[in-house]
Amino acid sequence: MEVLEKKNEIQDNLLKNFEAKIDRGDAIEPRDKMPDAYRKHLIRQMSQHAHSEVIGMQPEGNWITRAPSLRARQILLAKIQDEGGHGLYLYSAAETLGISRREMIEQLHSGKAKYSNIFNYPALTWADIGAIGWLVDGAAIVNQVSLQRTSYGPYSRAMVRICKEESFHQRQGYEIMAKMMKGTKDQQEMARDAMNRWWWPSLMMFGPHDSESPHTGDAVKWKIKRSSNDELRQKFIDKTVQQAEVIGLTIPDKDLKWNEAKKCYDHGPINWEEFYRVISGNGPCNKQRMAHHVKVHNDGAWVREAAEAYRQKKEKKIFH
Amino acid sequence: MATDSQLAMWEVFMQSKPGANYIHAGSVHASDKEMALQNARDTYTRRGEGTSIWVVPSNAIVASNPDDNEMFFDPANDKVYRIPTFYVMPEGAKAI
Amino acid sequence: MTQEQALYKYCLRMGDDALIHAYRLSEWCSNAPILEEDLALTNFALDMIGRAQAILDYAGKIDGKGKTSDDLAYRRKERDFYNHLIMELPNGDFAYTMARILFVSIFEYYFFSELSHSADTTLAAIAAKTVKEVKYHMAHATDWALRLGDGTDESNTRMQQAVDDLWAYTGELFETDDATAVLEDRNIAVDMGMIRAKWKTDVTRILTEAKLKIPADGYNQTGSGNGVHTEYLGHILSEMQYLQRAYPEAIW
Repeated sequence: MEVLEKKNEIQDNLLKNFEAKIDRGDAIEPRDKMPDAYRKHLIRQMSQHAHSEVIGMQPEGNWITRAPSLRARQILLAKIQDEGGHGLYLYSAAETLGISRREMIEQLHSGKAKYSNIFNYPALTWADIGAIGWLVDGAAIVNQVSLQRTSYGPYSRAMVRICKEESFHQRQGYEIMAKMMKGTKDQQEMARDAMNRWWWPSLMMFGPHDSESPHTGDAVKWKIKRSSNDELRQKFIDKTVQQAEVIGLTIPDKDLKWNEAKKCYDHGPINWEEFYRVISGNGPCNKQRMAHHVKVHNDGAWVREAAEAYRQKKEKKIFH
Repeated sequence: MATDSQLAMWEVFMQSKPGANYIHAGSVHASDKEMALQNARDTYTRRGEGTSIWVVPSNAIVASNPDDNEMFFDPANDKVYRIPTFYVMPEGAKAI
Repeated sequence: MTQEQALYKYCLRMGDDALIHAYRLSEWCSNAPILEEDLALTNFALDMIGRAQAILDYAGKIDGKGKTSDDLAYRRKERDFYNHLIMELPNGDFAYTMARILFVSIFEYYFFSELSHSADTTLAAIAAKTVKEVKYHMAHATDWALRLGDGTDESNTRMQQAVDDLWAYTGELFETDDATAVLEDRNIAVDMGMIRAKWKTDVTRILTEAKLKIPADGYNQTGSGNGVHTEYLGHILSEMQYLQRAYPEAIW
């Protein structure tokens, strides 16, 4: 009985110390004591973030070989390469919490770990590359800027680097859209179509409304999440409306209007039925994206084995 | 091979310009040191961020324990005589 | 053949090599065996697109008809491309891709090292920049050749197969034609005979260290100097040029 009480007291003290640290605004580092729930939440969020970067390479990768100019091809390649790099930074940051990249990939393949829903939509025309850069990356960066102040040190450092690198992503997408809106009728049509298809899924990227979001409580208290889903979504809408106007694109929401009292835009209802349908596996590309990732992973296994075997042979040579 | 490998983890330190300190940039996976160096180059110097790279196997890094922070770091807090402004210089002395 | 005509063809051959090899490498994006290698192969593709752009822009200038690198890349027809056949072959597996980078980068290292002394100062400057890039491609591919050749039985078999399959396409890299003859006389083009021997020495050393057999020299596939390609090139162009062809009035 006494032992148990003692144990509880120690636990309580640990939690108190941890939360005091968070309240002071100190960063948590890998070797610091942290509640299990904090670690678990981070692993879930960071691995999902990393998987999103990597799966996100696919829809854009679909257009690399068809990019319409050398400049466009360079930009697109460099951008997709960045996504890969950002996946890598985030996997590495998550690995400091005691999970390996191999385990994270296994969880992705088994369906235990998720990736951002947005990548289950297809990139159908070249204008989609513009829309993805402008809207999808535009939405992502709003979230990522906020995460630069997340409480876990390695995650925060990864986000700082990612934000620095991503600053060109949204601009290149917007540039594509602007060029197409200034171009031929066909190009304008393509740009409008892409805008219409990507707008609502981009809003869904921020997740359910705050009133419906199951993970918000501890994540906010422990400063993993620094802003709520709705706050971030609002920020994205407010900055995007003007950008659309400048290039002559209409946002496909008839309820969208400026609210003078709240100093922000009101928007129409989001189709959450679609959101949950896509998240549960019935989006246009869920199976395709996962099959691609599994195939690449399996096709590369012999290469990784060879690299390991070669290292072992070389090490043996040194020791004998 | 029983389990798949994503290769070992390495820590990457970069020097941004000649003469500067090496600063931790992040990590990469690689099976050997040549690969680690090349992967670090391909991952962390894409925007001309570096002029020199160190890579170290992650398991070779020894880190201090946060539980030891008080004994490790607090005793240095009261050694003010290590700071130049601690000393009173005679009026008029120059270049000191 | 005038010097301008010869130089134009010579530039197209170099520019198309970079353009088409870059196309193949960019197909690896999101398909590499490990994330780090994905970034590496993309870096190589980006080096090559940059090179293609510089050389094709120069080709357009020599031609004097106001064509840009994009015009040359996106509006030329199959029979007007002069890249070596080895560049357009499908990627195959990772061993095949690495064997190609190895063979091509060693060739390009010696080729551009020589070209950096060319009497044509524009080409010399492009070559000096390119040497640095391909030297790294060569180092990367050499290390992978060793790992795959001397890794597992499977990787050795795959790498040997790749070397054997690609061998018949390596001879074409050193071919000369009327254009090179005209340019060599003026100290603009590279002496191919000299770099071929160096290439063979390096390749032999690396493959031997990697526990791979050197294939016997046999018939060499050829034709690209006359714009006669494999069937694969047409598919590359139909994909690469799709938007420019479908919307000829559009600016992207």
